[in-house]
Amino acid sequence: MTTVSMTVNGKQVSAEVAPNTLLVQFIRENLRLTGTHVGCDTSQCGACTVHVDGDSVKSCTMLAVQADGAEVTTIEGLAQNGELHPMQAAFKENHGLQCGFCTPGMIMSAVDLVKRNPNPSEETIRTELEGNICRCTGYHNIVKSVKSASENMGG
Amino acid sequence: MYSFDYERPSGVNEAVSAIREDDKFLAGGQTLLPTLKLRLAQADKLIDLSGIAELKGISVSESEVSIGAMTRHVDVANSADVKSAIPALAYLASHIGDAQVRNRGTIGGSISNNDPAADYPAALVGLGATVHTNKRSISAEDFFVDLFETALEEDELVTKVTFPVPEKAGYAKFPNPASRFALTGVFVAQTAQGVRVAVTGAGPCVFRQTDMEAALSSNFSADAVSGIKTEASGLSADIHASADYRANLISVMAARAVQAAS
Repeated sequence: MTTVSMTVNGKQVSAEVAPNTLLVQFIRENLRLTGTHVGCDTSQCGACTVHVDGDSVKSCTMLAVQADGAEVTTIEGLAQNGELHPMQAAFKENHGLQCGFCTPGMIMSAVDLVKRNPNPSEETIRTELEGNICRCTGYHNIVKSVKSASENMGG
Repeated sequence: MYSFDYERPSGVNEAVSAIREDDKFLAGGQTLLPTLKLRLAQADKLIDLSGIAELKGISVSESEVSIGAMTRHVDVANSADVKSAIPALAYLASHIGDAQVRNRGTIGGSISNNDPAADYPAALVGLGATVHTNKRSISAEDFFVDLFETALEEDELVTKVTFPVPEKAGYAKFPNPASRFALTGVFVAQTAQGVRVAVTGAGPCVFRQTDMEAALSSNFSADAVSGIKTEASGLSADIHASADYRANLISVMAARAVQAAS
């Protein structure tokens, strides 16, 4: 067992974990933050996307021990003071989800995408979301949501 | 995933002296961790290289781009210095996997794994790069030996890769639509030592297409390569594409790479 300490959604956390504990397991099972989903578990679908030191990563493809000392943000950490993050609000407004399973990962990827490309074109959004899969084939409204959020986030 | 021990050393010497036969170095983990999860690989101990500051970073001079082994794809893709010295290299890095993979994956990890469909091997061989390890310097062509096989010894660690700045270079790939690995990718470069054409994804290991190099030496244009065929025997065939299809893609991607060269 190894001790890991990190900041998750602004809160300092620490635990004893086996080295082969995945970051997503740590988030869901130790911290009980179940908004981060495990979809494919083979680093393809992106449902498990979280931010580690500000960058989007697939938390099923990172060990908890690799996040030792890092700042982690999950979907639960986006809303501030009861107000949805502009990206969450845009997904709600534009019907950017159907079953909702991929949504936490889509939103975490989209927030990072807009950080890197403040005014993304539709093409940029589609390319940058390649690491996230939606099996309801709801991409159209997801792209619309990201576009709309990017306008609100910039303004 | 089977259980393993974990260590995060802070120096190269510490890392290479810690490694034993059944241990593995962990770079960005974007291939190693999925492989361990599927139990296709097993390790007694993972030696995480992320704490070694000397393995990170990019430096660019007039004649050379040097990239530390633990430098992430996203950092190469976004580097203003790389974009201006070798735009094709930044372009290649920006098309590896997806955004989340580029935020974790590293050049040292990618080349040490030598996946036959990885992008970086094409850039290394195409530009005539040199791989530096804790023991020696190896030319890219000697480094990539065969399918998932490199010249690295058990206790040898890639520290950086140096790329001579070419006159111009271009990269084009036909990505597997699911994984974004190169179904076939071609890197072309006009260098002080002549024209180089490196092909990834089409065969078991990156290779040079010398017929195309000869044609481009006298006429550096897309037309010069689009008609040059590659022998399909020895190329890879799987559910995604036959060997003939890949052979054809080499001509198509080579022409696009020449067109994109800058």
